[in-house]
Amino acid sequence: MADFFYNTAVGIVILTFLQALALLVPLLIGVAYLTLAERKVLAAIQIRKGPNVVGPFGLLQPFADALKMLMKETIIPSGANRILFLLAPMLTFMLAMLAWAVIPVNDGWAIADINVGILYLFAISSLGVYGIIIAGWASNSKYAFLGALRSAAQMVSYEVSMGFVLVTVLLCVGSLNLTDVVRAQQTVWFCIPLFPMFIVFFISTLAETNRSPFDIPEGESEIVAGFFVEYSAMAFALFFLGEYANMILMSGMTTILFLGGWLGPFGILPQLGVLWFVLKICLCLFFFLWIRGTMPRYRYDQLMRLGWKVFLPLSLGWLVLTAGALMAFGWLPNV
Amino acid sequence: MAMIDRAARSLLLGELLQGLGLTLRYFFKPKATINYPYEKGPLSPRFKGEHALRRYPNGEERCIACKLCEAICPAQAITIEAEPRTDGSRRTTRYDIDMTKCIYCGLCEEACPVDAIVEGPNFEFATETREELLYNKERLLANGDRWEPEIARRLELDAPYR
Repeated sequence: MADFFYNTAVGIVILTFLQALALLVPLLIGVAYLTLAERKVLAAIQIRKGPNVVGPFGLLQPFADALKMLMKETIIPSGANRILFLLAPMLTFMLAMLAWAVIPVNDGWAIADINVGILYLFAISSLGVYGIIIAGWASNSKYAFLGALRSAAQMVSYEVSMGFVLVTVLLCVGSLNLTDVVRAQQTVWFCIPLFPMFIVFFISTLAETNRSPFDIPEGESEIVAGFFVEYSAMAFALFFLGEYANMILMSGMTTILFLGGWLGPFGILPQLGVLWFVLKICLCLFFFLWIRGTMPRYRYDQLMRLGWKVFLPLSLGWLVLTAGALMAFGWLPNV
Repeated sequence: MAMIDRAARSLLLGELLQGLGLTLRYFFKPKATINYPYEKGPLSPRFKGEHALRRYPNGEERCIACKLCEAICPAQAITIEAEPRTDGSRRTTRYDIDMTKCIYCGLCEEACPVDAIVEGPNFEFATETREELLYNKERLLANGDRWEPEIARRLELDAPYR
């Protein structure tokens, strides 16, 4: 049996398919419950109760919402480019799912344990901007177009400093493999020695996923809903799923790069593995929601200023500092 | 020096952390939500809800067709027609309120010399069609009969302030 799965082409395809299913099904359920968690957390911050009618504690609410989305009609504006208009949400959703291939949820538990894992993640998350630009352009609506432009500029700006943060981490690891990144944190999680970079990275992930306080691409009060104003029903749902899956992905990335992935704090209970990973992701996601409940939206020029004039010099400076310290004390990892 | 001070403050994210602390305190506060259809908030005796026409305890309707409410209604939602009844008393033959026009200002209630038209405590009278919101005299009198105990109690509570 093992021979069939590991050594024949059909077996490998079936095995990979099952692995993908085992990852994506919990992920999609996680996305569904993230929407509920968001509404609950925001409600609690605003001393409300949040959804509590559908099922116990409102636990069936995500499924009710999903069903509603499925039943609705997909409206395509008459001026829209039909093919691109429908392609954009699919692209966004697929890219959000695709990136998960390299995420190691436990030691050796990655669908594709490739040596350029970080590069792959970075590339896929950069491709995400295409979905948004195509959506904004194909909608043929001024709000959608403005939203897409804003989003593109924002994602490009923050990827630069994110790149430097990644390089800093890579210097300490000596490998682009995500599993190795986590293994390198056996002694101390990178969020402690690289604390400023951890903060810069986390704030950049907020900008990268278009979350509040950097949600100007969808800024409800100015441009209605930004790049997905014209979308309805399942097309809208795909955008929504993609956005939330991206949030989980970015939390996963933060966990792997800075919070020690599947490692328990102080090395306790290493057999929990996946559970630690999920727990840390949940913590990051709570921060996402908590920040959304606290901060007002940035103005566009403030966003650009933060990206280019604060984060870029800061991360660059810390990169040089880290490299210098590693060289000076001979802590460079042996590759 | 001032510049270093400012830079340090903004880099240490002091204000942002303060804000997060505040929202975290609110996160654990007891919630203010009322579980509406099962749980309702208190209503003032002056609450202006659905209209009702009242009767005297002997069953005679109070309204004397003076048309003061019709005259004062700023939304012109009230229509009254009247003629003397066989026993010689003045009564309405028609008393309509268009609830879609009404702005629930309570002026009809204030203008009424005999406390006949009142705005009761009921606010749950949503309907599925517009026509159902065009109330006639029967409907208003039925409202009055249905809510009389509550309306009388509230009028009594509010009496010292009128």
